[in-house]
Amino acid sequence: MNLKKRILIAVCAILVITLILSFLQLLVVPKYRSNPEGAMIGEYYDQAGGHDVIFVGDCEVYESIVPATLWEEYGISSYVRGSAQQLVWQSYYLLEETFRYEKPRAVVFNVLALKYGTPQSEAFNRMTLDGMKWSTSKWKAIQASMTEEEHFLDYVFPLLRFHSRITQLTAEDFQYAFDAPAVSQSGYLMQTNIVPMTEAEEEGRTLSDYTLPESAMNYLEQMRLLCEKNGAELILMKAPTNSWAYWWYEEWEEQICTYAEEKNLSYYNFIPLCEEIGIDWNTDTYDAGVHLNVYGAEKLSRYFGALLQSAHHIPDRRSEAETSARWQERMDAYRKQKIQLEKE
Amino acid sequence: MEQLLEILRSMHPDVDFSAAMDLIDDGILDSLDIVTLVTEINSVFDVTIPAEEIVPENFNSADALMALINKLDEE
Amino acid sequence: MRFTSYEFLGFLVLLFPLYYLVPKKWQWGVLLAASYLFYAFAGWDCILFILLTTLSSYGVACWIGWRASAEETYLACHREEMDKERRKAYKAKEKKRRFHILLLGLVFNFGILAVLKYTGFAMSGFNQILNVIGQGTLEIPDLLLPMGISFYTFQTMGYLIDVYRAKTKVERNPARLALFTAFFPQLVQGPISRHSDLAEQLYMPHSFDRKEFIFGLQRILWGYFKKLVIADRILIAMKTLLADPEEYRGGYVVMLILLYSVEIYADFTGGIDITIGIAQALGMKLRENFNRPFSSHSTKEYWNRWHITMGSWFTDYVFYPLSVCKPMMKLSKWSRAHLGNSLGKRVPVYLATTVTWFLTGLWHGAGANFIVWGLLNCLVILVSQELEPLYARFRRRFPNLSSSNGYGKFMAVRTFLLMGLIRSLDCYRNVGTTFRLWGSMLTVWNWGELPKGMLRLGLGVADYVIILGGCLIMASVSVMSAKRGLRERLYQHPVLSWVLCGGLLIAVLLLGAYGIGYDASQFIYDQF
Repeated sequence: MNLKKRILIAVCAILVITLILSFLQLLVVPKYRSNPEGAMIGEYYDQAGGHDVIFVGDCEVYESIVPATLWEEYGISSYVRGSAQQLVWQSYYLLEETFRYEKPRAVVFNVLALKYGTPQSEAFNRMTLDGMKWSTSKWKAIQASMTEEEHFLDYVFPLLRFHSRITQLTAEDFQYAFDAPAVSQSGYLMQTNIVPMTEAEEEGRTLSDYTLPESAMNYLEQMRLLCEKNGAELILMKAPTNSWAYWWYEEWEEQICTYAEEKNLSYYNFIPLCEEIGIDWNTDTYDAGVHLNVYGAEKLSRYFGALLQSAHHIPDRRSEAETSARWQERMDAYRKQKIQLEKE
Repeated sequence: MEQLLEILRSMHPDVDFSAAMDLIDDGILDSLDIVTLVTEINSVFDVTIPAEEIVPENFNSADALMALINKLDEE
Repeated sequence: MRFTSYEFLGFLVLLFPLYYLVPKKWQWGVLLAASYLFYAFAGWDCILFILLTTLSSYGVACWIGWRASAEETYLACHREEMDKERRKAYKAKEKKRRFHILLLGLVFNFGILAVLKYTGFAMSGFNQILNVIGQGTLEIPDLLLPMGISFYTFQTMGYLIDVYRAKTKVERNPARLALFTAFFPQLVQGPISRHSDLAEQLYMPHSFDRKEFIFGLQRILWGYFKKLVIADRILIAMKTLLADPEEYRGGYVVMLILLYSVEIYADFTGGIDITIGIAQALGMKLRENFNRPFSSHSTKEYWNRWHITMGSWFTDYVFYPLSVCKPMMKLSKWSRAHLGNSLGKRVPVYLATTVTWFLTGLWHGAGANFIVWGLLNCLVILVSQELEPLYARFRRRFPNLSSSNGYGKFMAVRTFLLMGLIRSLDCYRNVGTTFRLWGSMLTVWNWGELPKGMLRLGLGVADYVIILGGCLIMASVSVMSAKRGLRERLYQHPVLSWVLCGGLLIAVLLLGAYGIGYDASQFIYDQF
């Protein structure tokens, strides 16, 4: 057999093997349907562009901020790029990436993640990073986030990470292998359950050190500079919560206030404002005070939207036909999901 | 030579040692046999076969073994 | 850098082109650098020990070589004036001198091995004695065990003995000897090569041979299949079984023996396949270390087919010298005179066998279980040696039965089970536990709960199906390659060969038990 023919066969074979492996990869990567927290980051790209406000941060943004309410009430076009335990450098790189798609007027960052200065958990890393499209931002985000047991190659070829799921595939994996419907509403993950808070927490557990890690604060500063460069105002927020596991300490509050004052940033801590906002911990939480459910989140968004409009001059775009049409679709989807979830 | 063949036959009565050429490579003689053989030769011929001479070439046939014994005897 | 790490694959991907692109006289230099780089991943302090072994062996070998050539020159110059007797005496004296130099090298290097590997074991034994006589205990130092020390020490000491026996050339270039000692593919788990087989291949120039290279890669892939898909999958169940051995008695012990047999076969032969495959891709041919061991009809045959290079090392460098040394010959004469011819003739052979197996056990690990393991192997071999006349009579009585295929299969299965039973000693790592659990196979009858119980060890039905499928594939490849030239024949059918290799690659990537994701529970998080 001559060499030419052998090479031809080899090239074809490698192509076929690559195809099969790509297909298998689509099959085994998790689809995040019953645990939707991992699916949200990837949903942004279909809706990128034309947002005036971008929210970044952990579960406290994607469970507390409802872009649909902001639109409905104030005509604010916004999107939440939140993910489970999103660490501050992940927020930074997500933001860096977002600026390549659009130029928002304001960026809101939820400060809870500043308590982490080092990579935390592989599972959460995957949920934030797997959804990102490939770019230098993703590359750097992975490098900054990997725990000791992780390998960069596992992100390049998720098959290497998730191959063991091949024996546990469900109908879901086949159904959503090529295309999956969005789980979030402009980055907001809807929860309609009501699990009242049983007892108000007095205080969080004692910590040995209340200093927010320097590396985290550095990334915050980088984020500020990045926003400055891109002409966006950086706003800091702290979502309401009432759980010792997610306790927001006085000492942390002081450090954030000092920083915000120093850099002339607006910072809204909503915890002491709960009453004013109208949050009722008996009806407005789905997990006994850790996160808000959709009723609480809508209240908070209504309150925050007013601030964004009055204090930060975010424009009302309801009169713009194109934006309006886009949001009409999103509003329909939002209402449909709400009705559907309430029925369940 | 006859003495040597006798020793070999006493170990494996069913093998024709005068004709066999690959005693080691065919696995007819194993390491236990070889050591037994060396001690027998030591007592019969009064020749000590040192460990470094225990290689397949020297033990593959009765002829090769006889040659080895003669060589060692001369030294 | 483990064979199953991404780093190692990246290392190979860089090494292969570099090796064939540099000028040919630098090739062995590239290998030396690669080997030390590989070794450096295990820790810089380990390099010190391998350098110590390399340099001391270099010195000792050169010294022996120098004495040997001095002897020749002396004999040549004084040929006229020396008669046969004087020549013989001179030679004997010189040989003894060389032997002392060799001994120096052996004691030094085996000394390093002994101190690093066996101090803990020896001291814990010593502590037990101290305890009994009430003298308190000594603190056992935590010594570093350099990677592959058992293997490179044995290979290098084999070289020294071969130099002493004039079986191989003395290496004059220390860097070359360093490569022979540290050649990276065989550093971790062998095979233990002989200097006369390997050295020349290491240093000679190699041109790229497409076919050999492809064969090498195929063999590497096959090794990964065995290691990752089969061995590492079984490992999960083994970990559960061994975490609390007394919990899994009776039928579980049988299952453990079977699983471990498959695991160690797939693990060890897979690793060796990777090693030999790498060497082949580099244009070298290493000695095979396995020859279908589970087809053996007897323990003796098994040890000629399993870990062959280690077995032959012990035979050539321990068993033979021990059984033909002078004291042993004297013992032989004495025992024949006093115990009769038949029994007396066996004493030295059996003594040497026992010592060899004791050392083989000790080589495998510092622990009583390894020694008992070695001695049990020895016992089985000697008992079957004693029963040989009985077998012979049986064969004469039932020639048809004993030569039938079924009887052969029966013997293979029997050997497989017997070896598996003895091997379980190195699973349990404790002699008492092992014996108790062996006993439980007869006393605890829990076969009814096994089908459910086996699914609680961390493996699901799918895993057992994969393991069984893997075993079938291994068995058929083993049978097919026994009829020589499986890969040669495949090479003539590139499409089929790509289908098989592609399938194997996909199987490794998809079904291999590798990566953090392997444990599914690690992935499905339930903190919310």
